Amino acid sequence: MNDDNSFWSWEHASAVLPDLLLKFFTVTLVVTIIGSIIAAILGLVIALGRRSAPRPFSAAITLVMNFIRMTPLVVQLLFAYYVFNTVPPLVLGTVIIGIHYATYMAEVYRAGIDAVPPGQWEATTALSMSPARTWTAVIIPQALRSTLPALANYVISMFKDTPFLMVITVTEMVREAQLYGGKNFRYVEAIILAGLIYLIASYLSSLLARRLEKKLEYTTA
Amino acid sequence: MNTPPLDTHTGAIALDDGDVPAIRFDRVEKRFGDHVVLHDLDFTVRRGDRVTLIGPSGSGKTTILRLVMTLEEANAGYVYIDGKPLTHFPRDGKRVELKEKHKNEMRKRIGMVFQQFNLFPNMTVIENIIEAPVHVLGMSKQDALVRGRALLEKVGLPDKENAHPTQLSGGQQQRVAIARALAMEPEILLLDEVTSALDPEVVGEVLNILRDVARETDVTMLIVTHEMQFARDVSNRVLMFDSGRIVEEGSPEDIFRNPQEQRTRDFLSAVL
Amino acid sequence: MIENFEALWRALPYLIDGVIITLELTAGGALLAIVVAIGLGLLARFDNIIPRGFARIIIELFRGTSLLVQLFFFFFVLPLPPFDLELPPLVTGILALGLNYGAYGAEVVRGSINSVPAGQWEATTALSLSRTQRMWRVIFPQAWALMLPSLNNLLIQLLKGTAVVYLITIVDFTAELNRLRVQTDVYFAYGLGLLVYFGIAYLLTLGMNALETRAKHRLGQGGKWRDTITTTPIPDAKGAGQFG
Repeated sequence: MNDDNSFWSWEHASAVLPDLLLKFFTVTLVVTIIGSIIAAILGLVIALGRRSAPRPFSAAITLVMNFIRMTPLVVQLLFAYYVFNTVPPLVLGTVIIGIHYATYMAEVYRAGIDAVPPGQWEATTALSMSPARTWTAVIIPQALRSTLPALANYVISMFKDTPFLMVITVTEMVREAQLYGGKNFRYVEAIILAGLIYLIASYLSSLLARRLEKKLEYTTA
Repeated sequence: MNTPPLDTHTGAIALDDGDVPAIRFDRVEKRFGDHVVLHDLDFTVRRGDRVTLIGPSGSGKTTILRLVMTLEEANAGYVYIDGKPLTHFPRDGKRVELKEKHKNEMRKRIGMVFQQFNLFPNMTVIENIIEAPVHVLGMSKQDALVRGRALLEKVGLPDKENAHPTQLSGGQQQRVAIARALAMEPEILLLDEVTSALDPEVVGEVLNILRDVARETDVTMLIVTHEMQFARDVSNRVLMFDSGRIVEEGSPEDIFRNPQEQRTRDFLSAVL
Repeated sequence: MIENFEALWRALPYLIDGVIITLELTAGGALLAIVVAIGLGLLARFDNIIPRGFARIIIELFRGTSLLVQLFFFFFVLPLPPFDLELPPLVTGILALGLNYGAYGAEVVRGSINSVPAGQWEATTALSLSRTQRMWRVIFPQAWALMLPSLNNLLIQLLKGTAVVYLITIVDFTAELNRLRVQTDVYFAYGLGLLVYFGIAYLLTLGMNALETRAKHRLGQGGKWRDTITTTPIPDAKGAGQFG
C-alpha cells in the first residue's frame, strides 16, 4: 500500500496536511458548532416539554427521545439521507447529529433541574414568585451550573462523531484522509495526521471545559 | 392602622375576639400515602397572635405550617386566611378547588422562614431580598432597595449587601432569610424550626432578631421550634401536638409550668 | 407493502447473518473494553509514574482521537511495516471498538473507585488488609455498583458504534440494511433496522440494570427488581465526556 519503503514520508505529510486542516475548519468545526447549538436548544425544549406536558405526552416524548438516543446515528443519517434526498448532505448531517445529541442533552438538563434542591422551589412559593420568574431567576441559573460541564463534554463527543457523516457522502477530515490514502496509496501520514489534529483539538477543548467547570463551582465560606 | 391593645404580660399583641381570625383550620385532614399526619384538625389563630407549636417529630407541626404556606394541600377540610378560603371551599356539599389566581393572592400575605434558609445562591444578599417585592408586589427597584437595606440594617448585616449567600455563615444566612421574608410585609409569618440547623453559638443572634420582630411589629406568627425559652418569651399561646392532634393548649406559663396532660408532661420533661 | 415483507422474508438469512456479526462485534468489543477499562483504570491510579503515565497516554490517545480514525488506522496502517499485522476485518473492528470504549471505560472505573467513601479505605487500613485484598474484597465491589450506569451507557454507544464498521468491509447488520433498502424501500428497511437496534439496546440495558440491582443487593443497598425493567440508561450528568 505504500509506494516506498519508509514508514513515514514528510513529503506526503506536508501534501495532505493542508487538505486535512481545510476540512477540519470548514466541515468538522462547522458541523460541531451548529450541531451543538441545535442540540442545546432542542434538548432544553425536550426537557421542559417532558416536565410540563401531561402524562401521556410526556411518556411519548420520553419514548421517542430514548429511541433516538439508543439507535445508531449511522442508521439515522442513512435514513434521513434517502428520505430527504434534496437537502444537501452537509446540512442534513448537521441537523441529524444535532437531533441525536439533543436527546443526550435533554437528559443532562433533566438531571440538572432535578438537582436543584427542593428548598429553592419552596422558597419561591413562600415569596409568591410567578412560574416564569421562578424558572428564569432561580431554577435555570442553578441548573445550568451543574449542566454546563456535562454539555461541554457532549459537544466534545459530537466533535469526535462528525466522521460518521462520511456515510452520507460528506467529506470531512477523516474521509479526506481516506481519500488521499486511496488516491496516493499512502495512508500512514494522512491517518496519523488526522488523528493528531483530533488529539490536539480534543486536548485543548477539554482544558477549556475543565476551566469552565472550575469557574462555575460555588465558593463556600 | 389602629394600635391594638398590648398584652404587657407576654409582650404579645392580642386582638379582641370580634375580629376575623388570621388562620382557621376547619376539619383539616392531611395524608401522605397511607400515613395520616393530621386528623380532623380544628384550630384558630387570631390576628396578632404568636402561637408556638410544640411536640415530637412527626406530630404534624411542620405540616400545619406547610399547609398555610400552600406547600402542601389538605386532603379534606378547609384552611381559611383572614376569613377567606386558602385553596378549597365548600359549595353545595362539595369541596371545590379555587383558581391559581386566587391562591396567588392569598399566598402574598403569608411569609415563611425555613430551617435550611433556602436563599438563592445565584443572587447576592440584596438581590435575594428585593426579588419578590419588585417582581411580585410591583415595587420599584429603588423603593425595594431602600426597604431592603433598612431590613438588612435591622438584622445586623448592613455591609453584607453584595455578598453571596455561600459566603455567609449559617446564622447570617438565616438572618438574611428573615429579612427576605419581612420584605414582603406579610400578615402572617411562619417560622419552621429556624434555628435547628444552626450552630448553638449563633442560635441566639437569630432568636434576638425574631424577638425584635415580635416586639416591633404586629405580624401574626406561627412558630415551630425546640427553643422553649424563645417560645416563652415571644408567644401568647402554645399548642402541644401529638400524632396530628392537639393534646393541650394554653398560655406559655400554663403549658410550661403547669401542664395538665400526661403526654405534655412527658414531652416537656424529655426536652427541658 | 406485501412485496416488502416478501423481500424481507427472502433477505432474512442475510439479515440474521448481519445481526450476528453486529452482536459479535458488540460482545467482542465489550469484552475487550471491560478488560482494558479495568486494566487501565487501575493502572492510572498507581503512584508510580511509569504505569500511571502509560495508562494515561493510552487513555488520552484513544479518547482524544475519533473511533473512525482508530478504525482506519488498524485497517490501513497496521498491515504495513513496522507492524506488519494483517488482521481479519472483524478482529480489526473489535480491536478498535474495544480500545476506544475501553479508554472511556477506564475513566469510569477510575472515577468510581475514587468515589468509594474515604471511610472504606480507612477501615481497610485499620484492619491491616493488603492492597490486593483491599481492592478485591472491599473497594472494587462497591465501585462496581457505582460504575454500572455509566458502563451501561458506554455499552449502548458501543452497539451504536458497530454500525460504522461496514466502511472497513465488514458486512454487519447496517450493511445488510443498506442492501434491504434497495429491495424494499427506505422507510421499511431503516425503520425495521432502527427497531431491531432498539430492541438489542433495550435488552442490553435490561441486562445491565439487572447487574446493577444485583450489585446493589450484594451491598445491602436494596433497589427493587421492578426498576430494572422500567429504567432506560441515563447519562451521567457530570461525566459525559468521560465516556463520550
